[in-house]
Amino acid sequence: MPNVSTRQGQTVLDAATLRRDFPVLARRVHDRPLVYLDSAASSQKPLQVLDVERHYYQTSHANIHRGVYVLSEEATLAYEQAHERVAHFIHADWEEVIFTKNTTEALNLVAYAWGLQHLREGDEVVLTQLEHHSNIVPWQQMARRTGALVRYIRIDAQGRLDMEHAATLIGPRTKMVAVTHVSNVLGTVNPVAELGNMAHAQGALLCVDGAQSIPHMPVDVRALDCDFFAFSGHKMLGPTGIGGLYGKRRILEQMEPFLYGGDMISEVTFEGASWNDLPWKFEAGTPPIAQGIGLAAAVEYLEGLGMEAVQAHAHLLVGYAMEQLRQAPDIELYGPEAEARGGVVSFNIKDLHPHDVASILDQCGVAIRAGHHCAMPLMRVLGINGTCRASFYIYNTVDEINVLLEAIGEARRLRRR
Amino acid sequence: MSFEMYQDNILDHYENPSHQGTLEHPTFEIRDLNPLCGDEVRIQARLDADRLAEVRFEGKGCVISLAAASMLMEEVEGKTLDEVKKMGRQDMLDLLGVPLTTMRVKCAMLPLRALEKAIHRYEEQGTMPPQVT
Repeated sequence: MPNVSTRQGQTVLDAATLRRDFPVLARRVHDRPLVYLDSAASSQKPLQVLDVERHYYQTSHANIHRGVYVLSEEATLAYEQAHERVAHFIHADWEEVIFTKNTTEALNLVAYAWGLQHLREGDEVVLTQLEHHSNIVPWQQMARRTGALVRYIRIDAQGRLDMEHAATLIGPRTKMVAVTHVSNVLGTVNPVAELGNMAHAQGALLCVDGAQSIPHMPVDVRALDCDFFAFSGHKMLGPTGIGGLYGKRRILEQMEPFLYGGDMISEVTFEGASWNDLPWKFEAGTPPIAQGIGLAAAVEYLEGLGMEAVQAHAHLLVGYAMEQLRQAPDIELYGPEAEARGGVVSFNIKDLHPHDVASILDQCGVAIRAGHHCAMPLMRVLGINGTCRASFYIYNTVDEINVLLEAIGEARRLRRR
Repeated sequence: MSFEMYQDNILDHYENPSHQGTLEHPTFEIRDLNPLCGDEVRIQARLDADRLAEVRFEGKGCVISLAAASMLMEEVEGKTLDEVKKMGRQDMLDLLGVPLTTMRVKCAMLPLRALEKAIHRYEEQGTMPPQVT
C-alpha cells in the first residue's frame, strides 16, 4: 500500500500522495489553493469511487431484481455485493444492513418503524445534549405521538457525557437510548458500549448515530453490542444519497416496514401484502444502485488504508491544530482533549462571529463550517450561538493547518479596535 | 488581500450601530432567526398613523447581519408601511453597497425580512405577540 507507512511503530498515512486520488483538492478558490477542512460535513471523493460509479453506468446499469437479462443480473449482483462489503466493514451480516439515503433517514427509520410500534405513554427515550438535530427531532415527534418522554444526558465542562447522570436517567421506563458515537461539534467520543450495557440491563435498546465515527475509526457493531447503527456514505468518501442502518436481525425481523411500495413486498393482493426478507423489507422502490456501489468502493479504499491508520492521522492533525490554537489567548476551544475526540476542532475567536471568520477564511482558500452545526440545543448548553469548526480527514496535512492559522490571523484584522 | 465585504462603513455600523436598543411603547415588535446560523434580530417600531415614527433593533449576529440592521433602521425611520413593504433584496444590497457571497446575502436580508414579516402580521392582526419566530 503506497499511501501508508510506519513511523515510530505507528502506521501513518501519506496524505501528500493520496491527495492525488482526489482531483477536487487540486483546485484553487479565490486564487488560493483550496484547503478543505469541512469533511465532517461531507468528505471529498477519490477517483476510485467516481470511476466505479461511472463504469457501472457505462456498462451495467439496469433496474435490479426481477430482471432476467444480463444487465439487470449484473446490477443486482453488484448492489448485493455492495451490501456485503459495507456489512463486513462494520462486522455485520449483510441482511442486517439496510441502505438508506443518509444517517437522517436511517434514524427516522428507527424512530418511525421501531418507535411507533414500541413506545407507549410514560416510556422514556434517552438522548444526550450532544446530539445532532437528526437524532433529536425524530424522537421528539415520536414522543409527541405516543406520549413518551425524551430525556437528555448532560455533558460536563469538557463536553464529555456525565455518566453518573446517565445512570440516573436510564431506568425501568427507558425503552431506547439513542446517542451519537462521536459529536459532530465537539468531537467527543462517547462510551457507547457502556451506555449499551446500561440500556440492556433495563431491557432498553441502544441506537448509535455513527455519522461521525464510521469515517474515522474501526467500527464493530458486534463488539459495541448496539441494536442499531446509523451512518452516511458521503462523509466516508462515498457518494451523496447513500447511507445505511445496521440493525440486529432479530429486531429488524420483528419491525414493521418504514416505507411501502415496490421491492419491499413478498406478495401483494387487492386485500393486503406480506413483506420481503431482510434487508429488502426496508428498501422500498428503486434503490440508489450506483450510490450503493460507490459506497462499497469507498469502503474498499478505506480498508486499503486501514482504519487504525485513518484514525491515527486524524489524531495527529487534531493534536497539532489544538496545540497551535491553544497558544492564542483570543481563541476559545470547545470539547475534550485531542486523545478523546474524533477529527473535529470547534473554536471561537474573541469578538468575531463565526460567519465572519468563515468568510475571511474562504477568501484565503480555507473551507470551514461556521454556525450551530445542526446542534442548536448543544449551543445553548455551551452558551453560544455558534462555533467555527475545522474538520480533518485522510487527505489533510499539517501544512494545511498552518494555512488555517495564517488565515485566522487575517480574520483578526476585522477587529479594528 | 482585500476583504471587499468588510469595508470601513460596514465595520463602522457594526461597531457603532444606529438605532440599537428598545422602545418604551412599541406598536409592534418581532424576533426572528436565521435558521442557518441561529443569528437573531429583534425589531421594535412605534407607528404614527401609517408612518414608522421610531424603530429600534437588538441582535446577536455577524458583522453583515448587524450592519444591515443598523443601516435598515436609518433607512426606514420616517417611512410609511407601504414604502417599507416595497423594499426588496436589491434595496438592502444597495444600502450595504458591498459585494456579498450568496450565503451571506441571507445574513443581510434577515433584518428586512423580519421587519416585513412584522408589518404583515401587524396589518393582519392589528397587534403583535411579543415573542414571534
